[in-house]
Amino acid sequence: MTGRPVVEAIGVSKRFGSTVALDGAGISVRPGETHALVGRNGAGKSTLVAVLTGLLAPEAGTLLFDGEPAPRLSDRDGWRRRVACVYQRSTVIGELTVAENLFLNRYQRGPARLISWPRLRREAARLLAEWSVDVDPRLPARELSVEDRQLVEIARALSCGARFIILDEPTAQLDAAAINRLFDRMRGLREQGVTFLFISHHLQEIYEICDTVTVYRDARQVLTAPVAGLTRADLVAAMTGEARPGSAAADRAGAPAGEPVLTVTGLSCSDRYTGVDFDVGAGEIVGLAGAGGSGKTELAETLVGLRRPDTGTITVAGRPLRPGDVPAALAAGIGFVPRDRHRQGLVGGMSIADNATLTIPHRLGPAGFVSGARRDGIARTMIDDLAIKTPGPDLPVTSLSGGNQQKVVLARALANDPRLLVLITPTAGIDVRSKEFLLGRIAGVAERGTAVVIASDELDDLRGCDRVLVLFGGRIVARFSRGWTDHELVAAMEGVDLHV
Amino acid sequence: MSETTELAPRPVASPHSTRHGGGKIALAKLRDLALIPAIAAICVLGQLVNPVFLRYDNLINVLQTMSEIALLVLAQTIVLIVGRMDLSLESTFGLAPGVAAYLTVTGGQGLGLLPGMWAVPATLAVGLAIGAVNAVLIVRFGLNGFIVTLGMLIVLRGLLTGISGGQTFFNLPPAMMYLGSATWFGVPASIWICLVLFAAGIVVLGFTTVGRSLYAVGGNLDAAKAAGIRTDRVLIGVLVVAGLLAALGGLLLSGRLASVAAAQGSGAIFTVFAAAVIGGVSLSGGRGTVFGAFTGILLLYLIQNVLTLAGVPAQWIGALNGAIILVALVLSRLTSGRNQE
Repeated sequence: MTGRPVVEAIGVSKRFGSTVALDGAGISVRPGETHALVGRNGAGKSTLVAVLTGLLAPEAGTLLFDGEPAPRLSDRDGWRRRVACVYQRSTVIGELTVAENLFLNRYQRGPARLISWPRLRREAARLLAEWSVDVDPRLPARELSVEDRQLVEIARALSCGARFIILDEPTAQLDAAAINRLFDRMRGLREQGVTFLFISHHLQEIYEICDTVTVYRDARQVLTAPVAGLTRADLVAAMTGEARPGSAAADRAGAPAGEPVLTVTGLSCSDRYTGVDFDVGAGEIVGLAGAGGSGKTELAETLVGLRRPDTGTITVAGRPLRPGDVPAALAAGIGFVPRDRHRQGLVGGMSIADNATLTIPHRLGPAGFVSGARRDGIARTMIDDLAIKTPGPDLPVTSLSGGNQQKVVLARALANDPRLLVLITPTAGIDVRSKEFLLGRIAGVAERGTAVVIASDELDDLRGCDRVLVLFGGRIVARFSRGWTDHELVAAMEGVDLHV
Repeated sequence: MSETTELAPRPVASPHSTRHGGGKIALAKLRDLALIPAIAAICVLGQLVNPVFLRYDNLINVLQTMSEIALLVLAQTIVLIVGRMDLSLESTFGLAPGVAAYLTVTGGQGLGLLPGMWAVPATLAVGLAIGAVNAVLIVRFGLNGFIVTLGMLIVLRGLLTGISGGQTFFNLPPAMMYLGSATWFGVPASIWICLVLFAAGIVVLGFTTVGRSLYAVGGNLDAAKAAGIRTDRVLIGVLVVAGLLAALGGLLLSGRLASVAAAQGSGAIFTVFAAAVIGGVSLSGGRGTVFGAFTGILLLYLIQNVLTLAGVPAQWIGALNGAIILVALVLSRLTSGRNQE
C-alpha cells in the first residue's frame, strides 16, 4: 500500500563557501508515516530542511512532492500547500494575535476588501477547535507557551492544506508531560493521514513515535531503516560512524561526600518552590530532577543569584550567600551554566575568547585593561581543555555548532575554578558525542573536589549523579541515591507513586 | 481555507484545562486608548489654568500647528512598525518645499524655472525621490537604516542651506500656499488633510493585507517571508510613502508661514520619535498603531499649549518639553506594563 513518496529528494547537494552542507544527499518519506531524521550537529539536517521547505535552492539534485517536481522558490503558496515546518525558533509573530498568525497574508476579507476581524477570529476559533487546540485566538502570540505555539503552527500548516509537516526538534524545550501530549497529538494526526518528518536529538523519542529513521552524517544520507528492527547501538553507530565508548559519567565510582560546600535551608520563593532543604558535599554531584514548572530551574537560578528567595538561607563553604546577587555568587566561587545558552549563556556577536572570559575580567590585565594576548592564552587553554572544535579563539561564538557553544559556556563556568558548579539542562539540544563529553567532563570536575548541582529532566544528565532530588510542584518529593531505575525517577518527576 | 474539511478531524482529547487570557486581551485593546485619560486630564487642567484653553479658536490653533509635524509622526510610525527608523524625515520636511520654491520663485535665491502651478508636484516628487534613495540604500544595498538616514539628514539639510544660501524663500507662488492657508468648511485645510490621512492610516494598517504585512515584517521578518509576504517591497513602499508624507507636511507648513526657512524642520525628529513612542509605537518594530501615534502627538501639543497659556516663559519651554517627554514615557511604560526596549 506504499504509495508514491510524499517527498523525495535525490542527490541533493549544497555548499556554503568551502563548507559542504549536503553532498548528494537524499530522503524519501512515504505517506502516512512518521519519519525520523537524525544526525549529529552539522550533519546537514538543517540544510535539508531548508531545501525541503523551499527556503534554499540546492545546487544539484531533484526534489519531488507526490512524484511531481517542487514548485519554484518564489511560489510560496505552492510550498505552503505541500510542506510546513515547525522550527525550533518560533515563526509566529509575537505582537500579533493567534488568529492573525493563523491567517497571516491570507485574511478573511469583508466588504471593500477590508479585513473582517470578527470573521477572522471566528474562522480561527473554528480551525483551532477543529484540531483541538485549546488556545484563545484573541491572545497575543507572545503569551503562548512553547507547546501551544507549536500546536498553533501545526494548525496553521494544516489549514494551508499541507499534509506533510516537518517538526524540527519540537521536544527540545518541552517537559515530559508536554512531550507526551505532543506525541498523542501526532499519533492522532497520523491516523488522519498526516505525514511527519521528526527531528530530534533524543533517540528514545524516535523509538517511541517514529516508523522509519534516516540518519545523516557528514552531509550524506548514511542509513534509512525501519525503527523496529534497529538497535540503539546500531543507530548511534550510524550517527557517529565509530564504535561508541562506554559512558564515563555512568561508570563513575560513587565518590565519598566531603564537607558540605553548599547548604540550603528552608528556601522558598513565592509560588515557585517552598521549604527546600539540601546540602552538597565537596566532590559530590547532586541532581535536581523535575518536570517543567516543578521549580527546579528557579531553584538552581536562586543558587547563583539570578533570583531572590523570599525566605531561607544559602550557605557556601560555611559563609551565608547574599541573596539575589550574581557578583556575590561568583565571588563565593559558584560557576554557572544557564538554561538557555542563546539567551543567557553567550553573547552572539562576540568572539569565543571574549565569551569564555566574561566572568574573569580581573585576570585579563591590570586595572581594568584587557590584554588581548592574555585573554587569548586563557581561551586557548580552555579550547584545548574542553576539545572545542574551532580554528582559533577569535572566531565569533555563533560560528560554532551547538555542542561546542555549550562547551564554551561550561569553560566559562569553570574559569573561576569554582567550589560549586550549577548547571541547568546542560545537554539540551546538543549531539550525542558532545553530550557524553560534557557529562564526562563534569564528573571529572567533581572528582577534583568541586560540588556539582545539575538541574535537568534528562535522565542521561542525572545518571552520573551521586544523589538525585526530585521536585514536584515546588517541593522535594523524593531523594534517590545511586542505583535508581528510570521508572522510579520518571514516576517521581511526574508525581506518580509506583508503590501504591 | 476550507481545505481542512477534506479530512474529518477527530478531536484529540486535551488533558490540560482551558485557559483564558481575558485579562491580557482586554489590556492589549486598552493600550490603544492609554493616552485618552491623560489627554482628558490635560484638558481639565488647561481649562483651570486658562479659560481660553477649551475655546474653539484655541483648539483649532493647536490642531493646525500640530498638523504638519503630525504628518511626520505618521510617516515615522509606519517606518517604525516595519522595524526601521527614518531620521531624514525632518530634512525632507524642509528640502522638498525648499526645492519647489527654488524652482518656482523669481527673484532672491529662486531660479524661477517653473511656473507656480508646478510647485506642489515638485514638492511631492522630491519627497518621493528622497524616499526612493533611502529605500535603495537600505533595502537593495543592505546598509544600516539608522546610519543611512542619519547621513541623509545631514546631506539634505546641507542641500537646502546650499540652494537657499542660508536665507529664507519668500514670495511663494499661490499654488504652493493654498493647502497650508486655505479653509474648508470653516476649518483649516491642513487639519482636514492631517485627519483624513490619519484615518486612512488607521484603516490601511488595521484592515488591509498590505497594512498587516507591515506588522508581520516588523515583528518577525523570517516569519513574514515564510508567509509569502514580499518583504523587500513592503520596506521600499513604506520608505517611499514616508518621504512623500514628510514632503506634504513641509508643504503645509510653508503654506501656512508663506515662506521656506533654511532651518525648516530642523530638530523636529526628536519630537516625532517621542510622540510615536509615547503613543505606544515600539522602536524595535512590529508594535503600535496609527491611532496611538496620533494621541501621542496630540498630547504633546496640548501640554505645550497649556504651558504657553499658563504664561511659562518661552526660554523654559524647551526644558519643560524634554521633561514632559520623559514623564510621558514613564507613564506609558506604567500603563503598558512592559519594557520599551
